[in-house]
Amino acid sequence: MLTLFYIFAAISIICAFGVLFMRNPIHCALMLVGTFFCLGGIYVMLNAEFVAVIQVLVYAGAIMVLFLFVLMLLSTNEPSQVAVKWDAAKMLAVIITGGIFIQVASIFSDSALTLGEKGNYPLEKIEEIGSITLIGQLLFTEYVLPFEIISILLLVAVIGAVVIAKRRFN
Amino acid sequence: MIPLTHILILSALLFSIGVLGVMLRRNVIVIFMSIELMLNAVNLSFIGFARSLDSMTGVVFIFFIIVVAAAEAVVGLSIILAIYRTRKSLNIDDFNLLKW
Repeated sequence: MLTLFYIFAAISIICAFGVLFMRNPIHCALMLVGTFFCLGGIYVMLNAEFVAVIQVLVYAGAIMVLFLFVLMLLSTNEPSQVAVKWDAAKMLAVIITGGIFIQVASIFSDSALTLGEKGNYPLEKIEEIGSITLIGQLLFTEYVLPFEIISILLLVAVIGAVVIAKRRFN
Repeated sequence: MIPLTHILILSALLFSIGVLGVMLRRNVIVIFMSIELMLNAVNLSFIGFARSLDSMTGVVFIFFIIVVAAAEAVVGLSIILAIYRTRKSLNIDDFNLLKW
């Protein structure tokens, strides 16, 4: 189990570095799909099967297809010679980001990290009721207001995208 | 059982790579992909905490985050499309419309 997690983690990190250093943006997009698949595998190992399915369908499917559409629509010139042009400011960015990562990771790996109290849904209960049933119940009872607000947000995003991307006829 | 620490460190590493992508790359669509990477890193830590704390709140929140990410991608890409019409470029350094 843990070995599988390490394999998925390693592939996802390699693919994430691919996003960072690939010259062609389309290759970056494909690398990102690889990261999303590996994260979906990790979600399955964490007993969140439904989220894993949503991850692959919506993220690796819909959103990345949208990215590829826009990329193929817009990229007319050939990819640049280098992915990253290094200068002093970018070196500084790398150093600062590395420092932030080390700081955050040291907090996370601290054994004195205190967690809140346990919730009401241990693994046995989730497997008894069923993960998808439980998510549906919560979504339509406890989180029904955020659920409705998120539907309005989607509507606004759809209308906004159409209005912004529409070609203006004069 | 995967220890929570490993999940959180993987999440932090993916987030840092996303931040680096935003700061190092100049192609605006690659910057957008890095933002998606950061959102996914946060999703991973949400699931890790939900599992280790026996809670379902994190799992429900993932749905909201995915919807917000989809909305953000759609609006952002249409803005990029609109700017590309006038600037004919995908380089973020050419997008200085709001500078005066």
